[in-house]
Order: sequence, then structure tokens, then C-alpha cells
Amino acid sequence: MSDPAIEVLRQHLIDPEICIRCNTCEETCPVKAISHDSRNYVVDPAICKGCNDCISPCPTGAIDSWRQVDKAKAYTLIEQLGWDSLPAQEEVATGEDVELPADVMAITATATAGQGGAVPPPWSAAHPYVNLYSVGNPALATVSGNFRLTDDGASADIRHIVLDFGSLAFPVLEGQTIGVLPPGLDANGKPHHVRLYSVASPREGERPRYNNLSLTVKRVTEDHDGKPVAGVASNYLCDLRKGDEVKVVGPYGTSFLMPNHPGASLLMVCTGTGSAPMRAMTERRRRRIALKEGGSLMLFFGARSAGELPYFGPLMKLPKDFIDINFALSRVPGQPKRYVQDRIRERSADVARLLEDANCFVYICGLKGMEKGVDDAFRDACRQHGKDWGALVETLRREGRYHVETY
Amino acid sequence: MTIDYAETIPNNVDLASNKTLQRALEHWQPEYLDWWSDMGPDGSQNFDVYLRTAISVDPKGWAHFDYVKMPDYRWGIFLTPREAERKVNFGAHKGEPAWQEVPGEYRSNLRRLIVTQGDTEPASVEQQRHLGLTCPSLYDLRNLFQVNVEEGRHLWAMVYLLHAYFGRDGREEAEALLERRSGDADNPRILGAFNEKTPDWLAFFMFTYFTDRDGKYQLCSLAESGFDPLARTCRFMLTEEAHHMFVGETGVGRVIQRTCEAMVQHKTDDPAVLRKLGVIDLPTIQRYLNFHFSVTMDLFGADVSSNAATFYSTGLKGRFEETKIDDDHQLKGAAYPVLDIQNGRLVVTEAPALNALNEKLRDDYVKDACAGIERWNKIIEKHGISLRLQAPHKAFHRQIGPLAAAKIDPQGNVVSAAEWAANVDRWLPSATDRAYVASLMGRVAEPGRFANWIAPPARGINNQPVDFAYVRFN
Repeated sequence: MSDPAIEVLRQHLIDPEICIRCNTCEETCPVKAISHDSRNYVVDPAICKGCNDCISPCPTGAIDSWRQVDKAKAYTLIEQLGWDSLPAQEEVATGEDVELPADVMAITATATAGQGGAVPPPWSAAHPYVNLYSVGNPALATVSGNFRLTDDGASADIRHIVLDFGSLAFPVLEGQTIGVLPPGLDANGKPHHVRLYSVASPREGERPRYNNLSLTVKRVTEDHDGKPVAGVASNYLCDLRKGDEVKVVGPYGTSFLMPNHPGASLLMVCTGTGSAPMRAMTERRRRRIALKEGGSLMLFFGARSAGELPYFGPLMKLPKDFIDINFALSRVPGQPKRYVQDRIRERSADVARLLEDANCFVYICGLKGMEKGVDDAFRDACRQHGKDWGALVETLRREGRYHVETY
Repeated sequence: MTIDYAETIPNNVDLASNKTLQRALEHWQPEYLDWWSDMGPDGSQNFDVYLRTAISVDPKGWAHFDYVKMPDYRWGIFLTPREAERKVNFGAHKGEPAWQEVPGEYRSNLRRLIVTQGDTEPASVEQQRHLGLTCPSLYDLRNLFQVNVEEGRHLWAMVYLLHAYFGRDGREEAEALLERRSGDADNPRILGAFNEKTPDWLAFFMFTYFTDRDGKYQLCSLAESGFDPLARTCRFMLTEEAHHMFVGETGVGRVIQRTCEAMVQHKTDDPAVLRKLGVIDLPTIQRYLNFHFSVTMDLFGADVSSNAATFYSTGLKGRFEETKIDDDHQLKGAAYPVLDIQNGRLVVTEAPALNALNEKLRDDYVKDACAGIERWNKIIEKHGISLRLQAPHKAFHRQIGPLAAAKIDPQGNVVSAAEWAANVDRWLPSATDRAYVASLMGRVAEPGRFANWIAPPARGINNQPVDFAYVRFN
């Protein structure tokens, strides 16, 4: 249960298993918050101002350790001095989160691992609102639409769900995610964890000038090993009817955002419901076609068959000079399996050109398994055209031009 | 040709406006680069290495990470910012304002201290120059190169002092630093441990753990110096020295981790079996530890030393954490226990504390080194293995001072020459041990892959993933 009286502290700690007791942090700290005994180096939560001066000088990374705690119960120096290893993150019940919820941070860390850690947003991205609604204080949205996107005969049930926020502020940008809180309790009698979904609509709403947004949700009927299992949140969402109320938290995401400057190009690679942010960005650009802002859109989109591609119909209607679409279908009878990486290799000249273009921003979203294939295909495309992907990707990361979200 | 030194040599000593210093460096810098290409890491000149470069002294500026070709590394000159009212904090001049120029009467002693410290920096680069050919991973290769370029920077730091404060003598000494060679019979490096070979990566990790830690203690003592530019130079070098100890501590720790994994997996502690599995058995690790610990003990100098007393009394070199010690900071009438051999036995005697300063620093060092050995033991303990590593007695296998006259075992017992000969292969790495470890040294240079005898690290460098391309070979 939430307790509005609790104040959350993001407590700065030192990992005693990694620390080599070199004294650099203690020497560096401008406010003398760090001290040591013969066993451990410790940070005094009453003194540390979070200036982060100690972070980069630490040779080991041990200094870059944090735990969210109830401020009144922060780990004392005596406790820290006795540690052999850092304690696990305890769940902190809060009325108002000062930080992203721990499970949201964990999901995000896994999802963005493929881009090699945190990267900045594009320089011309709009400033995002984040974390307006927390688990203790969720927003209430009303379902205003729920449509099946995949063919009736398709194996996957992928749905386009529209949520309306009425008069409640819930501003989002393309590429951001929101969290859904499924009702009820899990097998252990605890509330279900937050599930994250990418927003599939552009910033001004699924229906412009209405306070709404859309999600792309696949009904989960089996786990990663193919065993039958009903996904709690996805089944809940897919079964929603118009008028139902949904508890929503967020929004989240400060990096996987689209550029806004004229002439910016997008190179998008997705599979399945990974198309949600691509749809949002594409739709944003489509609505602005008349402004003739320049820049190109190139999309690689993988699915089992055309019938299982969410948004297949609307995509096919887009003008060819607006977006360069490359489908990769892996289960078409009588045809060899094709994956997004195969299509990237076929288009290597254009891909290599775009990767090098300082105005082009790359987005990858879909199943975790696609990461390596796409990375290899980019590497090959670069090699064929005399470029070094290893070096290029560092530039892309640094410049906020390479964004990966996989699950 | 003019070089924009402010650009190529990041500095906070106003190099741009100091013509004398510029002229000295213009002469020395090309010779330094020649030395680096001759004696720096073998065959590495064209690699792109993900290195940390100090570009200023504030916490944000001195850890700047990017790919660099090592000959293009920006070896900078940095002193920690000057404290306005800093005093000489010990010795006969205690309480006087710290010196901003070299006091004439201490000139040769100061120069000697700086040259001795400076000489170790290029020496270790020379000792380690072939290791890149047998790196166990790209991560380790990068760490080796980081150590190498920072040793190079530390040489720069000492040469800066020689050039800026010691005139012609200083310039000649700076050149001699580039002329001596580690292990050279005719023109060796000054200190013994810096003429030993670093033949394999276990030796490298042990060296960075034990021998670079001596560097830390020497720098800490010099950082207390009454000669302010030396103190400030050494203070900044210490932050970099921490990386070297990190490489050593985690390097040895990862070797131990891998060995323990194999011991648990195959339920054995038989060195012969473990060697067949391609890991380094714990007794061999203990023998390497004994060797590097004892060689480093000698670096602190003679147990009773009048030079040490002079350096202290004249305010040139303090004790470890001098200003945190609660005494008169002049050591009047104080005594300190030192070891000696009397009637064939090791005994503790009292010496004037002023003459026992080397021993005091050695003891401070031993405490620090042993704490890290205990952290290695935690890794072993976690695997449910009962063996523990331990530091040998500080009198073990000494080559200088009164203890060099006797043979002393790792427990601190004086033994006969025959006993020593019969047991030395249990105490120090034997030729067979070294040959076995050498046989494991094969180059692993793909991102994310590690040699079989070492575990991957817990974290990458600068928050990069462990399988990051830390070195690109072009």
C-alpha cells in the first residue's frame, strides 16, 4: 500500500565487492561525505549532495551504486561499514515517486541494452514529460476503441487500443512508453507489476485535438519457450471494451524520441508490435507532409506474413516518395524465409548512406533476438561501402542517433 | 616547426606563456616520442584504444574517454590546484610557508627523489611492452595500454618538475630518464624491481597490485612534501595510480575466480588436474604473490636509513598521511620497531623513528596490501574452498638491507642455505610454474571473449558493456 508520508531517497552507496579502497572518492568529495575504515568505504547520506564529482574518477565503477530507500530508513554508516556486498533493492511503498519505479527502470535497462547503455535523445527532440503518474497515484483512462489489426486467420491477435484521458493531462511524445496496471493480485497476493507499452500515436493524439493515445498490444498466449500461458496485462488489454477504465502510469522515456528539425531522416527497423513507435513517428511525419520539411523515411518491418503485420493496410497506402518500406516476411508458403537483416543487406547502399548522414536517426524496436542480426547487417552494409560500423555506431550513440528498444 | 603545446599538452601550468619551459619541452618531446615508439607497447602504434585522458584537474575533466591512437595520446601536465596558505607540515621547517621554488641547500636531494620516482615510470612501460601480444581479452589489453599511457604521463609530470625547477641539471636528468633501459646490463633502471621481467599476465597483475602500490605509497609521501610543486604533482598522479591498482586487484581476483570455478566444477584441488584444465592453481598464485610481495618490500629501501631521515627532517618527503598523524611531526626522541638478524634469528629492535621511516612506510603498505589479499580470499571463500592466500613475512626473500644477509622463509624463520634450496620451489614460482603460466598466454582479441584462465570482469570500463570493442586494430 502506498503511504504518502514516506519520502524516497535515492541513496548513494559504494559496492564493497567491486571497490578497491583506493581513496580516490574520499579525496575527490568536495563536502567530505565519504569516509572509510579498514574494511569499507561509505557515503554519509546526511552529507552527500549528489554532485557526482566522485563518479568519473572512480577506477572501478563501484561508486556508481544507488538504492531507493525510505529516507527515514536510509542505510547508516555503521550498516554500510559492515557490508560484504550491497543489499538488494527493497520495494519502497511511496505516495509519490521521485524516481522512476524500480521495475520500470529494470525493464528500460534491459530494453535499451542493445544500444550499449543510455544515449541522449536527438538534439532537436521535443522535451518530454515523464513520470507524471506513479503506481501510488495512477491516471485513469477510458477505452474509446479496441480493434484487431491482424487478419482473422492470423495466429497473432494484435490490437490497436485507444485510451482517452478526458480532462486529465497526459502529454506524450512519439517513442515514449506508458505503464499499465492490470487489476487484481498475482499468485503471491501482490499487485501485478507494471507492464510497459510504446505509444503508437503521435503527440497530438490518435485523433488530433482529442486527449487520447493508442497502443499496439499483442495478446500473449505462449511464453518464450512456446508453452501456453496467458499474459496477464496483454489479455486484460485485448479484452477491454469501449468505456472500460484503465489505470495508467508514466509517461516514460527521455531518449527514444524523434528529431524535429527540418531535413531529419528516420531509419526504422521493427518486428511485430515493435512497430508501435514507428507508427507514431511515421504518422507524425505524415500529418506534416504539406509542410515539405524534407528528410526521408526508410522502414524495415518484419513479421511472419502480411496478414500478421500490424498496420499493413494503412502502410501500403502511404506514398512511395514519403516512405521507403521494406517488408521481411518469414512464413510465406512457397517462399524462402526473409528477415529484416536480409532486407537491410539488399538495401546496403541506401542504408550505409543513411547511417552516415548526420541528419539520420536510427530506431530499432522488436524482439530481443533481432538485435544481433540487425547489428551484423549494419556492419556488413558499412563494410561493403568502405565504412567502419564499430566506429560509426559510437558516433551515432554519442549524437543521440541510435535508439534500441527490444524485449 | 612550432607545436601548439597548449593544445597538444593539456596543462594547468600556463605552458603557453612559459618560454623556458617550452624550449625545454620542444627538445624533450620528440625524444620522448622516439622512446615511446622504440620501447612503448610492441606493435600497437596504429591501434585505436578506448582510453581515459585527463584534460583538466576538476573531477569532470580528468576522466575523458575516447578512442585514441597511443602515440597521439595527449600526455598532459597537471598539478592539483594550489592551496593558498599551505605550510611545510613536518621536519625542521615545520610551520614555514610551503616552498614554491627549490631551496638551494636541498636541490640535489630533491632532484634525486624526483629522478628516482620518475625513473620507475618509463621502466614499467618497458617491462610490459610485449604483453599486448598475449592479451587475454580486449578489455585487458585496453587496461594494459591505459596503465602504459598513464605511466608515460607520470614521466611527463616528473620531467616537468625537472625542466621547470632544476635548470640544466634537470634537463640532463630528463634525457637520462629516456636513456636508461629496464634490465639493461650497462644502463639499467635505478631500482631493482624495475629491472625484473614482466613475462606473463599473472605477473603483470601482481606487478600492478603490489609494485604499483609501492608507487602509491611513495607518491603519498611525496605529496606531503614541503616543495609545493612536487606535492601538487604527486597528488594528481595518485588518482591515476588508483587505476593501476584496480587492474591488479581485479586481474588477480578474476584469475582466482576462474580457478575456483574450475575447482568447484571438477571437484578437485589437485594442481596437476587444474593445469590440465588450463587454469592457474591457487598454490602457483600464492608463489607469484610471494615473489611480487617480496620484490616490492625491497623498493622501500633499507630498514634503517639516514637518507630517509634527511629527506624527512629537511621537509622533502613526509610520511603516509602525514597531516592525519597526531604527533610532533619532527619525531624528536621517538622510536620505531625494525627487524634485524641477531645470532641467526630474526629479532625486533627499536630504532630512532627518524631513521626507520622506510620501515614505517613499508608497514603502512603491508596493511593496505593485506586488506586486498583478504578480498581475494573472499572470492575463494564464496566457492566453499578452504585454502587462503596470505602475504609472506616482510623479511622473506629480501635482497637489500640487513635482512638480505639471511635466508628467511615465508613464515619469518631464518633457514639454512640447504633448507632454502630444498624449498624455494614451494615458496617462489619455479621455472616449471613460469613455463606453465607462459604456456597459457595466447592472444584473445575478439570483443566479449576471454582466455580460459581468467573470468570476465563484473563491469566494463566507463559503464561500457564487457563485450565493448575496447581496442580496434585497424
